[in-house]
Amino acid sequence: MILLELFWGFLKVGAFAFGGAYAAIPLIRDIVLSYGWLGEDALAYMIAVSESTPGPIMVNLATYVGSSQAGLAGSLIATAAVVLPSFIIILLITAAMKNFIKNRYVQAALSGLKPCVIGIILATGLCMVIRNCLPGSVINVKNTLITVILCLMYFGSRYVQKKNISPIILIVISAVIGIIAG
Amino acid sequence: MNILADLFLTFAKIGCFTFGGGYAMIALIENACVEEKKWITHDDMMNITVIAESTPGPIAINCATFVGYRQSGFAGALAATVGIVLPSFLIIFGISRFLDHFLEIAWIARAFHGIKIAVGILIIDAGMKMLKKMKKKTFPELIAGCAFLMVLASEIFSVHVSVIVLLTAAALIGIMRMTAGGVMK
Repeated sequence: MILLELFWGFLKVGAFAFGGAYAAIPLIRDIVLSYGWLGEDALAYMIAVSESTPGPIMVNLATYVGSSQAGLAGSLIATAAVVLPSFIIILLITAAMKNFIKNRYVQAALSGLKPCVIGIILATGLCMVIRNCLPGSVINVKNTLITVILCLMYFGSRYVQKKNISPIILIVISAVIGIIAG
Repeated sequence: MNILADLFLTFAKIGCFTFGGGYAMIALIENACVEEKKWITHDDMMNITVIAESTPGPIAINCATFVGYRQSGFAGALAATVGIVLPSFLIIFGISRFLDHFLEIAWIARAFHGIKIAVGILIIDAGMKMLKKMKKKTFPELIAGCAFLMVLASEIFSVHVSVIVLLTAAALIGIMRMTAGGVMK
């Protein structure tokens, strides 16, 4: 029963995909290949598509695999299955949040986790910028120029006009610059 | 506007622009939910980011569920979560049905080339905002610095450092510091 298989397979992806999309890719690969839903090539292509479309990679993959296996019903079931575990977990944590956060062990764990997450996020962003501007240790003039322009617009507007460009506007501007700069 | 409709539409809008994985989203959600709508505070945002990182599932989904639940319970959580998933669902469903060679379309590839650059900037912005709110004490500074350097080093030397390992270590260090009688807060 393909719908049941899709549900169960993506429920597992949703339940064990810790540490963000990139950490989850090996797990997704494992499940998608073992059920024979996609071949290696199709999976690699689909990961590339997921990276270039909005939305979390694992949700995009679930939608795509579901649709390719069983049409609209398949994509609905696979998408619901991949979202369900985190939905339930966050619901439980939020409902218990006040007490959960006050627990001294949770507090102690958070005292380490918070700065760690900040460090990881900053480094991830920096790595991305470096990868764009210095691919293979050679400076890419076009990308560096675009980076500087976008930074000036985004951070400049904040300090000069005291008003933010919203992140959404920045994404739209960057897409337009990308199309023009080719 | 009805709060459920507001949650749904706000997260649907965010869902249209969540490129490049979870971290870039933090800047978008912070902009919409903390600065504009004032649904949650900066502290809430920091807490949910950490919780999202420590639980399975995409950060985007976790944040939507959290904010929705805070605003109007289960119905709110559902409205926000469906809202954030729907745009990518429709886009991917469309691609799987009608566009076999999506990435080979030239102007789309170029647009995403530009977006990739913006995503890096948004992630740094999200990180810097959190850094500004962080307590300026030796312990958090040390942990943040170590995590930063390890991720950076893993990129430079192409060694895989699992984020899960880093997070587990940081949580354990925090707990050990408390049990060893370190000063809390």
